[in-house]
Amino acid sequence: MIQVLAFYLFAIMVIASGALVVLARNPVHSVLWLILAFFNAAGLMILVGAEFIAMLLVIVYVGAVAVLFLFVVMMLNIDFAELRAGFVKNAPLSVAVAVILLAEIVLGIGAYRVGLIELGTPDGTAAPILGESNIENIGILLYSRYLFLFEMAGIILLVAMIGAIVLTHRESRAVRAHQDITKQNMRRPEDATEMKRPEVGQGVEL
Amino acid sequence: MELTTSLGLIVPELVLAVSGLIMLLFAAWGGNEASKPVSIACCVALGGAFALVAPSVCGGYSGPGTLAFYGQLRIDAFAGFAKLMIYASAGAALVVAPRYFDRLNAMKPEFAVLVIFSALGMSIMVSAADLISLYIGLELTSLASYVLASFLRDDDKSAEAGLKYFVLGALASGILLFGSSLIYGFTGSTSFAGISAGMAGGLSGGMLFGLIFVMAGLAFKISAVPFHMWTPDVYEGAPTPVTMFFASAPKVAAVALLARVSLEAFGSQPDAWQQIVTFAAIASIVVGALGAIGQENLKRLLAFSSINNVGFILIGLATATVAGASSMLLYLVFYVAMTVGSFVALLMLTDAEGKPLETFADIKGLSTTRPALAWCLLLIMFSLAGIPPLMGFYGKLVVFQAAVEADLIALAAIGIAASVIGAFYYLKFIKVMFFDEAVDRVQGKADKAQWALLALATLAISPFAWLLTGWLASLADGAAAALFFAA
Repeated sequence: MIQVLAFYLFAIMVIASGALVVLARNPVHSVLWLILAFFNAAGLMILVGAEFIAMLLVIVYVGAVAVLFLFVVMMLNIDFAELRAGFVKNAPLSVAVAVILLAEIVLGIGAYRVGLIELGTPDGTAAPILGESNIENIGILLYSRYLFLFEMAGIILLVAMIGAIVLTHRESRAVRAHQDITKQNMRRPEDATEMKRPEVGQGVEL
Repeated sequence: MELTTSLGLIVPELVLAVSGLIMLLFAAWGGNEASKPVSIACCVALGGAFALVAPSVCGGYSGPGTLAFYGQLRIDAFAGFAKLMIYASAGAALVVAPRYFDRLNAMKPEFAVLVIFSALGMSIMVSAADLISLYIGLELTSLASYVLASFLRDDDKSAEAGLKYFVLGALASGILLFGSSLIYGFTGSTSFAGISAGMAGGLSGGMLFGLIFVMAGLAFKISAVPFHMWTPDVYEGAPTPVTMFFASAPKVAAVALLARVSLEAFGSQPDAWQQIVTFAAIASIVVGALGAIGQENLKRLLAFSSINNVGFILIGLATATVAGASSMLLYLVFYVAMTVGSFVALLMLTDAEGKPLETFADIKGLSTTRPALAWCLLLIMFSLAGIPPLMGFYGKLVVFQAAVEADLIALAAIGIAASVIGAFYYLKFIKVMFFDEAVDRVQGKADKAQWALLALATLAISPFAWLLTGWLASLADGAAAALFFAA
């Protein structure tokens, strides 16, 4: 029962927050709804017993989205004073979202402990075996059967990195101000100053 | 045990990957001064991989012994044949690149490293026997290509080319992945053999959708009409050695991949994709021929020419026969030679300061000022137009022969008619070079490497190469047979 409840809660939240990503006028709000959608998708993954994918969703997507969020903020030049102005007015909404998230966590963990929901596979062939950690299984597959492709995926990331550096890195030719304290201490007054005794009415030659 | 045999099969790929990584270290510590040695070393690595692949082609390897990594890669003669062309054209790009970039002071050792990794990706593409390895190979190639297209980052056109290629390439990859996921969902397998078995019972709506999406994604990569719009802009904007690379190696890889996906993965349902390929073939030939007519920029013109040539290659695939696949490979060989030749000639057109000249106005009367160059271009253009006795004619001949044998007479007739239209702009080259008043803008000195490559390419398409056709045809037949043995 708790599984079905949790499933519908997560599913409705994914769809609702997905719709709000598109509908929100403020891009920052869109990103926040997107994060909520990812959290709920992670909950759905836990329900079908794919806790590894759930973790990936939270760590990778939410983590990456946080960075994306920063970019959006930097590029769009959003007036934060204006955003903060509505804080008191919208406080009940934020509390409501927090309560929903808390409820989801409780429900999700509860449902995971009860067992898996049977989705999509009427004969249950594709259902994961209870009690087996799929992190371990994915690891074993990744480092044996898919070893070559795994390594090549690594090379793809390396190429992406080389590309980013090749296209953006510039040798800075300007002399940067480095403070060399020893050099400063070694400097004696005689080296830096010169005594001149100019005659009255005469200039000094520099 | 499995691992050892698999590693033994992919030695050429390992050579490329390891040498790419080592060269990256040299690039990191050596700085821009290391460009030349790194380029040479990368050429040597490509040559080594070439030599390692050659036996599999000559021996016509096929069958279950060619499967590596639990059936994710198939290292057979077909893959080998494509790899030889890929390594050769990647090596040619490395040879001509330093001179072009040195003038702009933009040569970096990473160029050669990216070309090596791109060649590695293409090796995986042509050997792919699984949707996952297909995608990994494609992405490795594409990512390196996006960077290469915008390698002259201070040049607006080059940056635009890179961005355009990146955005559209990412879209095409997305379409391809969407199709792959549908196919996996409906057939229950990612391996080509499994997909073929899953489709044998009949084609459900989901499978058909997946097939169309996969074909569309791959058609983008080979720039077949209607997914060709990016080609002229990217080819024009990218630095010329990179354009030469794009027009040869990745095209060979994507065509070979398309052939493998069509004939192996979708081999049990040829009717479903034959219409798509036939349409793309006709549309590419016609659009490539008509689009080139008004072009003044030579790089744009060669871009349309490559779209046109892809159409002829697809005729070979549309037959879905061994003879068709073999004719496709033969056409590719001469296509690569003509592409490399025409782009090397284009690279040799520079003014006194070494600035590249890229329009028809610059090559007026080239035959009086630079006769050797003009005569080489004449041969290449005649060959592209398919005039006998040059080898471009032989390529078209075998393709049309295969089409007629497979009862695709209408397709062959349209192809022949459109190649007459295409002949117009190839002949325009010759008219401008030989019959127009000389303007003498081409003043730059070409170096020995460029002359050597141009001479090699011209020799490859000259009538002398008829002597090799018997041997080449037997190799291509072996490769095509390996493809069908797997399917």
